[in-house]
Amino acid sequence: MRRYREAVLRIGQGLVDQMVAHCRADHPDEACGVIAGPVGSDSPQRFIPMVNAARSPTFYEFDSADLLRLYRDMDERDEEPVVIYHSHTATEAYPSRTDISYASEPLAHYVLVSTRQSGSVDGPYELRSFRIVDGEVTEESIDLLN
Amino acid sequence: MAVEVRIPTIMRPYTAGEKVVTAEGATLAEVIADLDARYAGISDRLIDDSGLRRFVNVYLNDEDVRFLDGLGTVISDKDSITILPAVAGG
Repeated sequence: MRRYREAVLRIGQGLVDQMVAHCRADHPDEACGVIAGPVGSDSPQRFIPMVNAARSPTFYEFDSADLLRLYRDMDERDEEPVVIYHSHTATEAYPSRTDISYASEPLAHYVLVSTRQSGSVDGPYELRSFRIVDGEVTEESIDLLN
Repeated sequence: MAVEVRIPTIMRPYTAGEKVVTAEGATLAEVIADLDARYAGISDRLIDDSGLRRFVNVYLNDEDVRFLDGLGTVISDKDSITILPAVAGG
């Protein structure tokens, strides 16, 4: 079984823009979603914004029916969640203790976007990528593709 | 009753990498006990003293068992069970 991906997230600028736009739109609540890609490719391709069922500025959770539909869709397409993203709206773009304890996709890149500086409008934001495996957080670099 | 159980990536170390396994039982609790007999330790990932763990979702066919009878949910032949950890955080 593959345990670790390479310590870099290679992702298109357009996908980054879509994540940031979603996080701004949902500010001050946390936004969340997935970018799926072909199994084993480590290449995020299909942007899937999800509803934060918690509708909270300090917590996010995919709705349970949405979660089942998402995984079935990915299965049918031979995809996996390459990126799992969510926003922090008042704190830095670093995994919280809850993020670490609930992280359950050892192969995914966990992308954190902080909208604390500019809120729902254009302006500076933070975006960082991590792997979270067995409670251990490893930050990785981001290689932006055109 | 023999049912198909879909195992999420994070629990596949228990099933030697298998994505879909078979287990038997008349209720979800029995299916989980049977799974644990075949794949020791997996039960701990699914239930604690108070029942199903809060951040693990178990579906019978298309329905979250929380909206059925939880661990007491009755299982029929040809049913399919899907386990998915919640995607959640703070």
